[in-house]
Amino acid sequence: MEIHRFEKLWLVASLLLIAGFVATIVYGAVGAGVAMVDNSGGQVDASDPTASPDFRDPGVYQTGDGEYDVYVVARQFSFTPGSGTPIRVPEGSEVTFHIASRDVTHGFNVVGTNLNTMVIPGQVAQLTVEFDEARSFHVACNEYCGAAHHDMTGTIEVVPAEDFDESEVAEA
Amino acid sequence: MTYVDDYPGAAKLVRWHFGVAFIAFALGGVFGLLQGLYRTDYFREALPIDATQYYTVLTGHGVLLALVFTTFFICGMFVWATTRSLDRPLYSDRLAWVGFGSMFVGTALAATAILNGFAPGLPFDSADVLYTFYAPLKAHPAFYFGAALLVVGSWILGAVYFLTYREWRADNPDARIPLQTFMVLTTFIMWYVSSVGVAVEVVVFLIPWSLGWIGQVDPLLTRSLFWYFGHPVVYFWLLPGYLAWYTLLPKFAGGRLFSDPLARVVFVLFVLLSTPVGFHHQYIDPGIAEGFKFIAMTNTMMLLLPSLLTAFTVVASVEHGARQRGGDGYLGWLRALPWDEPAFAGTALAGLMFAAGGFSGMINAGMNINYLIHNTIWVPGHFHLTVGTAFALTAMAVSYWLVPQLTGKPLRHRRLASIQPYVWFVGMTLMSNAMHRGGLAGLPRRTAEPVGDAGASAFDTVFSTIAEIRLQIALGATLLVVALFMFLVVMLGTWLSRPGVSALSVNGHIPEPLSGASNGPRVLDNLKLWTGIAVVLVLLAYGVPLGSMVADGILNPGASPFPV
Repeated sequence: MEIHRFEKLWLVASLLLIAGFVATIVYGAVGAGVAMVDNSGGQVDASDPTASPDFRDPGVYQTGDGEYDVYVVARQFSFTPGSGTPIRVPEGSEVTFHIASRDVTHGFNVVGTNLNTMVIPGQVAQLTVEFDEARSFHVACNEYCGAAHHDMTGTIEVVPAEDFDESEVAEA
Repeated sequence: MTYVDDYPGAAKLVRWHFGVAFIAFALGGVFGLLQGLYRTDYFREALPIDATQYYTVLTGHGVLLALVFTTFFICGMFVWATTRSLDRPLYSDRLAWVGFGSMFVGTALAATAILNGFAPGLPFDSADVLYTFYAPLKAHPAFYFGAALLVVGSWILGAVYFLTYREWRADNPDARIPLQTFMVLTTFIMWYVSSVGVAVEVVVFLIPWSLGWIGQVDPLLTRSLFWYFGHPVVYFWLLPGYLAWYTLLPKFAGGRLFSDPLARVVFVLFVLLSTPVGFHHQYIDPGIAEGFKFIAMTNTMMLLLPSLLTAFTVVASVEHGARQRGGDGYLGWLRALPWDEPAFAGTALAGLMFAAGGFSGMINAGMNINYLIHNTIWVPGHFHLTVGTAFALTAMAVSYWLVPQLTGKPLRHRRLASIQPYVWFVGMTLMSNAMHRGGLAGLPRRTAEPVGDAGASAFDTVFSTIAEIRLQIALGATLLVVALFMFLVVMLGTWLSRPGVSALSVNGHIPEPLSGASNGPRVLDNLKLWTGIAVVLVLLAYGVPLGSMVADGILNPGASPFPV
């Protein structure tokens, strides 16, 4: 098969580009430590996650020095906690979110950040992030979940460490 | 002799397919404008919809354009491509009409279910499930039956293409498969391999579940089956565009295709790689191990190869055409192209925009940067460049050339037609760039109230403001609908004009490539081999993850239906 010289060059350049893209993602995973949401969160009852001991009382739990677990239940059309009461964590903390749905598929996107996951009935979305800066974040459900989907929002408040009241959280 | 004189039966089939496609296009396009204005809050009070009906409109827009317009246009176009390139009528017009009938009834059922969202209380009410219809959101069973009939109808048309090819093969035992037929058959091999996923999802799970025969389904499993189909479907949209770019665009430019064998290589790569990539739509889904996402990511990146090769070959062929027309210089040849011919301008601009769509697709495919844009308005910004332009604008451009051959009537309103592709291009440039930038700022897709209760200040735009992004989206959507109606006026004018008023000036001949099929190895035409490898790759990518999802019970963890 006859392939033009320029086309051969283009082919090689294309393959290098592809290899480069894959390399950046491998670096992201291995070097920069970007973990994907995966199956490590386990499963829960698809219509009643609170039946599981982990989700019986959703909220913020301290698990170590500067380390917190946040359990969130998503439902049509709110996050608990998050929608009524904001999720409050101290600045500089490492926070592991565990998010489950009790009805349909939702999304949990902390706007403008890479804290973004699908919330699928029966599965627990688990991901760990660091909050370096004291500020407030807008949380949007970013998967259509029914007639009032657009009302499903929430807030995360990252507060200065000195303003954070340890009594707000329970010991894990 | 024009096509309609040579193949009157096939021409009628194509006309009916295009007719349904264009009606779906018109309705879906108007829905798009309603959406664009509602979510950007322009003239919202004057619009006939409320926030809940926004999702009815959104479902209609997605289903009518991404599923109905595309499938009807493609199946019709492939009837033309098969008969023209094999130079014989279809194996059976009657069987093809059965396929058309199935798709038509399916469309009518699904469309009725969706449109009832405007008039609650009707028996089919509730199908606001969007075109991804993720369980446990539940639509009326008519919606799922409609989807199934649409897919089955396309399978029947695929069978007609294959049977026609088999007849041709019996008469031509040693000839190479004509290029357009090769493209039709490989596209349909991919379509059969991939649409099995959605067929199983709908027929095995969602229909019995929506009828109440089974109480629950596994949302992750059904969603994974959807995406098993949901990525290859974009190549089902795209490959007919590629067929036009490879076999028609060089001719429109005044030249001929560079290389037939490389075009075959590209289509073979799509057969192999289109399906084992679906998990890249589920990068941030819980319940799927990271390794499977990684495999899908590398396959997706490899899929860049056939598109990059296409960019080279098509641009080289167009340049060849321009030089045949007297163009010269490094870039000066661009001026020699027939930019005032709607078929050329539309196809070329669609290809150009696909390049931009390809780049934003690379970002989507980047597993870890996907976190930033997943389910933001970036994503529809991306696919309005691909299906919304690479496919849609190519389809319109091809229609300017093909519909006269299907009807025997010269194209009317030629001036309107010659500016139409530019109006579409400008509209899409405005809308899509703004959607991409809005996505980077975190604006969600699929929502009637993008900024929610937080207000625009919660969204950090890289530059400019949310208000400017909204203005561009609203303006772009308006221009796109203007362009759509310009196209429809040309089509209706042509279709309804009296035959024989003036001579048909269109030339349906397609010149042979510079490097013909005989320069490529025969193995390229071994469709059984490529199908076999494609199936093995699918089993490797999907066997274990789907196996683990059904291992805990095929309906577990199960969710009960939530009607919407």
